[in-house]
Amino acid sequence: MTEEKLNVVGQSVLRRDGLGHVTGKTIFIDDINFPDILHLKMVRSPLPHALIKGIDFTEAEKVPGFIQALTHEDVPKNIYTILCLIGVGPDEEPVLAEDKVLYKGEQIAAIVAETEDAAMEAVSKVKIDFEELPAVYDVEEALKPDAPVLKHWGTNHFVYEGHHCRRVRFGDVDRGFDESDHIIEGRYQTSPIEHAPSETTGCVARPEPDGRITVYTNTQALFFTMDNTALILGVPFQKLHFVGGTVGGGFGGKVDVIVEPIAALAAMKTGRPVKYKFTREEEMRVSSSRGAWRIYFKDGVTKDGRILARKITTYADAGAYNRHTPYAVTKHAANIAGPYNIPNVWIDAYCVYTNRQPGSAMRGFGVTPASFALEVQMDKIAETVGMDPWAIRFINAYRNGDMKPHQKVVEDATLIEVMQAAAELVGYELPEKFKKMNSLNREEA
Amino acid sequence: MASKIVTFTLNGRRIEVLVKPLTTVQTLLRDQLGLTSTKAGCKQGGCGSCTVLVNGDPMMSCLLPVEDVQGQDVTTLEGLTPTPGLHIIQEVFYENFAVQCGYCTPGMVMVSKALLDHNPRPTREEIIDALTGNYCRCTGYEPIIQAIEEAARRMNGN
Repeated sequence: MTEEKLNVVGQSVLRRDGLGHVTGKTIFIDDINFPDILHLKMVRSPLPHALIKGIDFTEAEKVPGFIQALTHEDVPKNIYTILCLIGVGPDEEPVLAEDKVLYKGEQIAAIVAETEDAAMEAVSKVKIDFEELPAVYDVEEALKPDAPVLKHWGTNHFVYEGHHCRRVRFGDVDRGFDESDHIIEGRYQTSPIEHAPSETTGCVARPEPDGRITVYTNTQALFFTMDNTALILGVPFQKLHFVGGTVGGGFGGKVDVIVEPIAALAAMKTGRPVKYKFTREEEMRVSSSRGAWRIYFKDGVTKDGRILARKITTYADAGAYNRHTPYAVTKHAANIAGPYNIPNVWIDAYCVYTNRQPGSAMRGFGVTPASFALEVQMDKIAETVGMDPWAIRFINAYRNGDMKPHQKVVEDATLIEVMQAAAELVGYELPEKFKKMNSLNREEA
Repeated sequence: MASKIVTFTLNGRRIEVLVKPLTTVQTLLRDQLGLTSTKAGCKQGGCGSCTVLVNGDPMMSCLLPVEDVQGQDVTTLEGLTPTPGLHIIQEVFYENFAVQCGYCTPGMVMVSKALLDHNPRPTREEIIDALTGNYCRCTGYEPIIQAIEEAARRMNGN
């Protein structure tokens, strides 16, 4: 193709959805309505860890406008895990809680009613008999032998191919520590973060005359959600028609599959369209957050700033259920040693369950906390060794052709070039030897 | 309590509605009248996505009982949009990429309209001040501020 024919590259192209946005004509989930629409509201656990001894809908059923209550017994395949589509297992999260709840806010029963107000009133009248259990909120506490056990396989951690965590073993860290002049340790902790999208999570499921269910949703993962919904409902994929693409802010907060299966089930049961949309409070308190992490570093460094060994133990707080955290931990393990050429690396990365709101995806999940911890650690190394923080990074920067600790050859290193550009932007004069470096070739020592 | 008839002007047209006490203007617009450009991001006065103009002043319709607009003049984004075409503020939001997910946009356009009607040549600080009640989670504030500066220039004929 000749350059003359390009009509997008190099041009500023107006947004396809821009006119809808500025006129308010873009249809978001809450803008979808049908004359016979029903509203779904959720009965949630008020406790972080408890056994469910019984549920009584008697008073809820008396609320004018009440249509139906749904429990786990109504869900064809109630126990699922979102990442089963990429081979992650076993299934461990109930669509609706069965005999126990693992976090405050967990879904127990769905109430479908003629109006939102009626659904909320009926929810408030459902009586549940709980037996509260001891809860655990800290990743390291959860791994102690006396911690309450949350998972049916008997541990509070995800099992990676038979192992207690995602492990990376590269070189010999003990030898690296022996050859080092400094041992520098650090403990880093990040907190959960709510995505706080302007539009809360929601969907409308509508039964069609041909027997299909159309689901209008603001998910960020349309096909992923459709496939999981089909598996949960036990229907062939072609029975579902998912319509989406308009997302009033996602940031990773709308990739879990939470509202669609239960709304679609309610639509199948009632034969009417059903809307299930989070309130702002639900969005903040029960939707997945960015998971919290705790990360321990031990680095062996020579007096001239070369990192010879890096040993990391790191814990992701998945909260009560997997969601996307097992995958986040694997990404984390691949990135936590950093864009540096370190000959000896040892990593244990745990996906830990606690009685907290489930964590999941959010912008670079797994990697963002890694970058935070390891770059603070790099500054700490610079300070301990008595070197410029820029220098410590140039000295250890990886190059194309280097082997990363997880046995991947580096093919697209850009750290040196990025740092050179950053130094120029902030007006920092780099020494000549760093200006001459590049990611393609390692200069002779 | 009994429902009540409220009469007011909506987008230049006098209307009469029957509402339960304390029904909000947001609920009336969205659920009874089908005017969905007014958004419902939080329903607690925290996000500004439901901003409408009452006698030209920006108000969060989720906190505004319908009884309170009796006899008043209410404008929503539907009423601001000319047929055919776009208002200058909409034009500059579109052309300057002052929209991302689009959910805050209706509220942003309405506060911009109120600002420029009251103050045709706002400073950057005055624009920022006018936007303080409106939340943009996509963090697109800078293009929004620039769009309002551009709208002011165009509306002033330069």
